[in-house]
Amino acid sequence: MDLATSNEARASATSGPESVAISLIINGKLRHMSVEPWVTLLDLLREREDLTGTKKGCDHGQCGACTVLLDGRRINSCLTLAVMHDGASLTTIEGLASDATLHPLQAAFVKHDAFQCGYCTPGQICSAAGLAAENRASSRDEIREHMSGNLCRCGAYPNILAAIEDALPTLRGQEGAQ
Amino acid sequence: MTPFSYQRPERIDQAIALHGPQSRYIAGGTNLLDLMKENVLQPGQLIDINGLPLREIEQTAEGGLRIGALVSNADLAWHPQIEQRYPLLSKAILAGASPQLRNMASTGGNLLQRTRCYYFYDTATPCNKREPGSGCSARDGRNRIHAILGASEHCVAVHPSDMCVALAALDARVHVEGPHGKRRLELVDFHRLPGDQPQQDNVLVEGELITAIELPVEGFASHCAYLKVRDRASYAFALVSVAAALEMDGDIIRRGRIALGGVAHKPWRLEEAEELLSGKRAESECFAAAADRLLQGAQPLADNAFKIDLARRAIVRALTEAAGGTVR
Repeated sequence: MDLATSNEARASATSGPESVAISLIINGKLRHMSVEPWVTLLDLLREREDLTGTKKGCDHGQCGACTVLLDGRRINSCLTLAVMHDGASLTTIEGLASDATLHPLQAAFVKHDAFQCGYCTPGQICSAAGLAAENRASSRDEIREHMSGNLCRCGAYPNILAAIEDALPTLRGQEGAQ
Repeated sequence: MTPFSYQRPERIDQAIALHGPQSRYIAGGTNLLDLMKENVLQPGQLIDINGLPLREIEQTAEGGLRIGALVSNADLAWHPQIEQRYPLLSKAILAGASPQLRNMASTGGNLLQRTRCYYFYDTATPCNKREPGSGCSARDGRNRIHAILGASEHCVAVHPSDMCVALAALDARVHVEGPHGKRRLELVDFHRLPGDQPQQDNVLVEGELITAIELPVEGFASHCAYLKVRDRASYAFALVSVAAALEMDGDIIRRGRIALGGVAHKPWRLEEAEELLSGKRAESECFAAAADRLLQGAQPLADNAFKIDLARRAIVRALTEAAGGTVR
């Protein structure tokens, strides 16, 4: 790149904050939108898309309440910018159930009473869905370690663990069938 | 967050040309965005490097591996070549952060993460790393998590990475590209001690971009251990961590490597300590001697004297584990 081009690039870079047009597939639906660069994926979901199932806990990547699946992998939506994910596919807690049938993890959380206040639950469930897809944790200790990015201030951990352990074989069976 | 402009170049030279004094490259963003939310960093421009072709893990001519800077921590830890040939690196990565963060965080970004010193994060307090010349609040403040080695009167912060501790033990190299061309650095020379310029975590100059990490052939796959000691069982930064790697001939050590995390402004290695292992029988006296040499000159602060004993015991335990064979 010659100096003129470089200066031009720098000039356009400093031309000021502007909204950026992006497209996202959110829970299977294609969405076109225009966002300021500083909007986090979490704020986009909650404030612009009205998908308030994804929770804002600490907003610093420490609690896991904002966990969603980005192209099938679990991430903290509070620590990434929406503009960085043009063209990506997102699954939130609202997108896990199919019609009237609960996702196996949702059903297992109900069955095992894996919550008290429920605020961490969407993040726990999305995180557990990511864990199942990774296929790296089977034993109780492994599940504990691989769920360490999701905190529960009510301390419902024993039941959360039981729910995930219960749902894992079903989830792995489904993946094997696909 | 303070507003900023955003660019997403597709080529490395474009990214470098876009970079100015107010710019930051963003890859995973897990540390940068956190610091921006806290107003510790307020870049005027973010250059998103996720469109750059830096996601490959390839064999090098000498038989090692070249890891693209954008490979995620999770992909790196679980890459078959890393698990088989460099289990020390895999273990260290998996000891850090959470699964969500490891899916986001990049290889290059892991090297560039900032200290988790509370005062660095708290813009209401003086910090020479955040605001040069303002003073160090940690030196006479709460300093339980801080450095025992290589600190200065200006800064007692520690580097928080686990991955870098393993990379230091493995003699990894860092490939960077910038306005003045390409260069290759030894990882142990990449991070620096605070001295009187604690605002500089590493030796990168403005506009330089990490493009790859290179691993040499030797991965110490059969005798290595990563031991991380922290305040809770998972998802916490190290108080002390140890990467231990041995090349064994029966129960005799041919050569060994020890790198420490959580104790200094950079991963801590000392050749003189490692030489004490060469040719010796793998037993606790020899490990203790190496530990004592590695920790020689350690200077505790008011709250962290425990780290010296903790490090000594952790080193002996990690070497003992490594000598017994890598736990797969």
